[in-house]
Amino acid sequence: MIYYLCFVLFLIGLYGVTCKKNVVKIILGLWIMEYSVNLFLILLGYRKNGIAPILKKGDDIVEFAQKAVDPLPQAMVLTSIVIGLGVLALMVTVAIRLYQRYGTFDITEMKKLKG
Amino acid sequence: MINLPLFVIIPFGVAFFIPMVSRKIKWVPDVLGNLTTFILLLLSLMTLNQEHVYHIGGWKPPFGIVLVLDGLSCLLLIIINLISFMATLFSIEYIEKRFTSKLRYYSLFLLMVGGMNGTVLSGDLFNLFVFMEIASIASYALVGFGCEASELEASFKYLVMGNVASLFVLYGVALLYGKTGSLNIADVARILKEIPSDNLVNFAFVLLIGGFMVKSALVPFHAWLPDAHPSAPAPISAMLSGVVIKALGVYVICRLIFNLFGFNHLISQTLIYLGVISMIVGVCLALLQSDLKRLLAYHSISQIGYVFVGIGIGTPLGILGGLFHLFNHSLFKSLLFLDSGSIEYQTGTRDLNKMGLLYKKMPITSFSTLFASLSISGIPPFNGFWSKLIIILAAIKSGKSIIALWAVIGSILTLSSFTKVLRYSIYGKGEKWEKEKWEKLKEVPDTMVVPLIILSLLCLFTGLLIIGGTEGIFASTIDVLEGSVLKYINKVLGS
Repeated sequence: MIYYLCFVLFLIGLYGVTCKKNVVKIILGLWIMEYSVNLFLILLGYRKNGIAPILKKGDDIVEFAQKAVDPLPQAMVLTSIVIGLGVLALMVTVAIRLYQRYGTFDITEMKKLKG
Repeated sequence: MINLPLFVIIPFGVAFFIPMVSRKIKWVPDVLGNLTTFILLLLSLMTLNQEHVYHIGGWKPPFGIVLVLDGLSCLLLIIINLISFMATLFSIEYIEKRFTSKLRYYSLFLLMVGGMNGTVLSGDLFNLFVFMEIASIASYALVGFGCEASELEASFKYLVMGNVASLFVLYGVALLYGKTGSLNIADVARILKEIPSDNLVNFAFVLLIGGFMVKSALVPFHAWLPDAHPSAPAPISAMLSGVVIKALGVYVICRLIFNLFGFNHLISQTLIYLGVISMIVGVCLALLQSDLKRLLAYHSISQIGYVFVGIGIGTPLGILGGLFHLFNHSLFKSLLFLDSGSIEYQTGTRDLNKMGLLYKKMPITSFSTLFASLSISGIPPFNGFWSKLIIILAAIKSGKSIIALWAVIGSILTLSSFTKVLRYSIYGKGEKWEKEKWEKLKEVPDTMVVPLIILSLLCLFTGLLIIGGTEGIFASTIDVLEGSVLKYINKVLGS
């Protein structure tokens, strides 16, 4: 169920990207999409009452494997958050420069490229 | 045996090294940038006909990350590094005159090259995504490098569409991980073979392929390309059109379809029809353009359509045609973009109406434009003819004569469009041609001429690579795709 909600969040972001006309709102839409994917990834590794996936000396390996959460999605989410930050920084920079050139955030008025 | 991580380490290392050392000394970025791409070109030529699986950190798959070198990656490595060397050679003078910050330019350029090398070598889904993002982010920044209003607009458009595509890919990877619990492409393929295919896997497939189709600019997803390619500096347009849409789009789609999900009739039909649509739509839109670079950008869409038709046919001959056309397209399209760059460098305009009689003033540029135009429109003995011929033959042999007919029509339209280019810019005059400006023109500097000559000679002679057909030089590449899923699994997992 919660996975479906994640996808709904993804679709809300996609709606923002496709239907909004303001540059900042488009960036926010992309950011919502990014978050929903990250949320989905981290939920894949979630386990109720799980423990941190660090094997201590003397732990029983079978019991540990049953209780520990999956560490791989966490590593993936970290990477994808960093990538998302890079893209966000670039997008905001481009948006600021666009505002300097056009004097507006409305994408319907940015139409130098046609054809 | 070549150490595979070098292909990623060298460009990334130099990319961060350049800004550190070259704030004061002006010639350092040029020398370092060209040297790096040249070394990478030599390394990639050494990988020819080798197969190797490298385990990063000594961790065996499916737990560790693997880099896989096989026929297909080898072909793409050679394309990427050849074109990037030509582009850096061309950039020395070009960037000097038209743009300010050379060290940032080379930094971003090498990040893009390193990201693409990583993408074609990676044998791990998430790693592939990361490398793809590195290459994409660098190319977003390079498209908007001039910071003019139109360039920023194109960059923003590319950013939004490319980022949505990347998120689709990431969602697809996450779904596949949730289903199979593994990220290694070969291991995922092995698990998918054992469990029955269900809607979740199909959904992940659609997300992944949809995402990569945006990157490869097939027609329903092509909106970013005609803006992004003309706005970038000319060497970057050559890279974007010659390499980026192939390494990030076509290559990954081939890898996923043939080595991960398995090829079937429905996929074949989809690829062929999308290919035919983009072939025709791209060339029809190109006929209407009067901006030289925009015209070339629309031709990229159309030629990528040919590649997809070849691959979609799925027989060894079709795959040979598709991959050979991919190789040829990277040569002649980057040559055309470099030519447009040198015309723009001297005349200061991209509008075909304002050009004229360039063959008297810029002979080498004119000749290489002529070579590339003949090559792209499929005139023998240039390389474009042979690859288109093979695609058409493959279509007829597998009983798809109508597809072959469309391919011929597309080729004729391409020829007519390039006749227009030659007529307006080189051998005739445009409507707004000015004599005073024309009198002052001269050939571009030497470092810009050299890549033009090399690429036009390659256009003329790479047609010879086809000798031997499916048993020839492309045999190992076709083997990767023909050998279906099982062979790839065995090779990577080493069982």
